[in-house]
Amino acid sequence: MAPLSRDTLRDTVTDAILAVAPEADLDALPPGRPWREQLEIDSFDFLNILVDLEKRLGVSVPESDYHELETLQGLLDYLERRLTG
Amino acid sequence: MSEFRMPSLGADMESGTLVEWNIRPGDRVERGQIVCVVETQKGAIDVEIWEGGTVERLVVEEGQQVPVGEVLAVIRAEGEKAEGEDAAPETAPAGRPTPTTSPTPAPRAPERAATPAATAAGERLRLSPAARKRAGELGVDPATVTGSGPGGTISLADIEKAAETAPEAPAEPRLARPAAGHDAHAAMRQAIAAAMARSKREIPHYYLGHTLSVEPALAWLAACNAERSVAERLIFPVLQLRAVAMALQEVPALNGWFVDGAFRPAEGVHLGVATALRGGGLVAPALHDADRLDPDAMMAALRDLLTRARKDRLRSSELTDAGLTVTNLGDLGVDSVQGVIYPPQVALVGFGRIAERPWVRDGQVVAARCLQVSLAADHRVTDGAIGARFLTRLTDLLTEPDRLWPP
Repeated sequence: MAPLSRDTLRDTVTDAILAVAPEADLDALPPGRPWREQLEIDSFDFLNILVDLEKRLGVSVPESDYHELETLQGLLDYLERRLTG
Repeated sequence: MSEFRMPSLGADMESGTLVEWNIRPGDRVERGQIVCVVETQKGAIDVEIWEGGTVERLVVEEGQQVPVGEVLAVIRAEGEKAEGEDAAPETAPAGRPTPTTSPTPAPRAPERAATPAATAAGERLRLSPAARKRAGELGVDPATVTGSGPGGTISLADIEKAAETAPEAPAEPRLARPAAGHDAHAAMRQAIAAAMARSKREIPHYYLGHTLSVEPALAWLAACNAERSVAERLIFPVLQLRAVAMALQEVPALNGWFVDGAFRPAEGVHLGVATALRGGGLVAPALHDADRLDPDAMMAALRDLLTRARKDRLRSSELTDAGLTVTNLGDLGVDSVQGVIYPPQVALVGFGRIAERPWVRDGQVVAARCLQVSLAADHRVTDGAIGARFLTRLTDLLTEPDRLWPP
C-alpha cells in the first residue's frame, strides 16, 4: 500500500470512529487526552473501530500495543509507523 | 385457538404500537419466531411468539396502538380446526397449550403475567377498529367499557360515552402516552424515569462491594487474544459476564423477580446487559443462557446483542427474560457503581474501571490493575449474607480465571 498522507490517515481514522460514534466531534477533542473516554467508546466500540481500521488500512493492532493508542495523536502516529515500517 | 397478545416489554410499558406484521393469515409460525415489530418507549422491538401453529387471523392492524395484554392475533394450534368449523370433540384441546418444553421456560412477562388491562380469562373484547382507534385517542381502556351492541360489542358511541363519564384522575398516575410524532428520546427517558423511580420507591436496596486485582484475568485475556485476529478477540466484559453467570448458579436467590409480594426465581441464567445508547438512553437486554456459552459463543452473543441494541432492533424476549442486570461503567472512567435495581429484578451487579492501584501481594506493595465490583440487592428477598456469598464467589472467579471455563 502506498504511504498515506497524514491528512488522509486522519480522515480514515475519523471515518472509522464516526462509524460507531456518529455524533463524535474529533476536532473538539482536547489534544493529548484519552479519546476513548471523551467519546464514550467502550471496549466493544473500540474493538469494532480496530476491526474497521484493519479493513481500511490492513493494519492489525495486537492487544499488547493498545497502550500506544490512548490519544488520537498516538493512534495516528502508531498507524503511520506501521504503514511505513 | 390461542391468542397472541401485546407483550409487556418492561416494568412500565402500558401499550405499544404494532408497526409491522411479518405474518399473514394461513402462515405457519414456530415457537420463537419473530412475527411482528412493535414500537415501544424503548424503540422498535422484534416480537417473538411462544406458541406455534397456523395464523388464523390478525386482530390488530399495522399502525394501531394497543394496551399490553390486548389480543394481536389468533393462532390455531396443530390439529385444531379453523374458526367456524366444528372441532371434533376428540381433537379439542383441553385448555391452553402449555409451553413446558422450552429450554427457557421463564415467565415471559413476570410483571404483567395476569394482563390486568385485559378482560376476564379467555374473554375477548368485541370492538371495531374505529372504536379501538377512538379509544386510543380518548385514552379509554376498552376493557373497562360495557358494550351496548350485539353480543356486547363496543361501539364508537360506547367509547365516547365512557370517555365523558370517565373519572378525572385514574387511581394510579398513568404514563402519558407518547403523542403522535413523539420524541423517541423523551419517551425512553420517561420509561427509565418510571422504572427507576419505582425501584427507589419500592425496593429496599442494600449495597456490597469488593476490590480485586484483575492482573490474572487480564493475563488470561491477553494470552487468549494473542492468538486471535482482531475480529475474533474477546473483550473483558465476556469474563465479567461469565463470572456473574457462574456465581448466580451458586446463589440463585439473586436471579429472578419480585412479583406479587414473593420472589420468583428465573429459570436459566439470562443476564441483562446495561447498554448506553448514543444520543442518550439505556437498554438492558438479556444475554440468554450466559452460563452455557464458551468464550467465543459468549463474545458472539454479546456482539450480536450490543449491535442490535444500538441499532434499535432488540427482541421481545431480550426485554423480558433477564433475571439480573450487569452494568459496566468502567469505560466511562468511574471507579465504582452503586446501582439501581431494574424492577422487578432483585439485584444488579456493577463494574467500575480497571485502574492501576497499590496492591499488597506476598507482603509487598505492588502496582496492580484493580477493579471494583458492586452488588445492589433487594433486601426483601435476600440479606447481606447471601449477597456477600455471591460477591465473594464472583471475585474468586475473576481472580482465578482458569476456573471460568474449566476444561
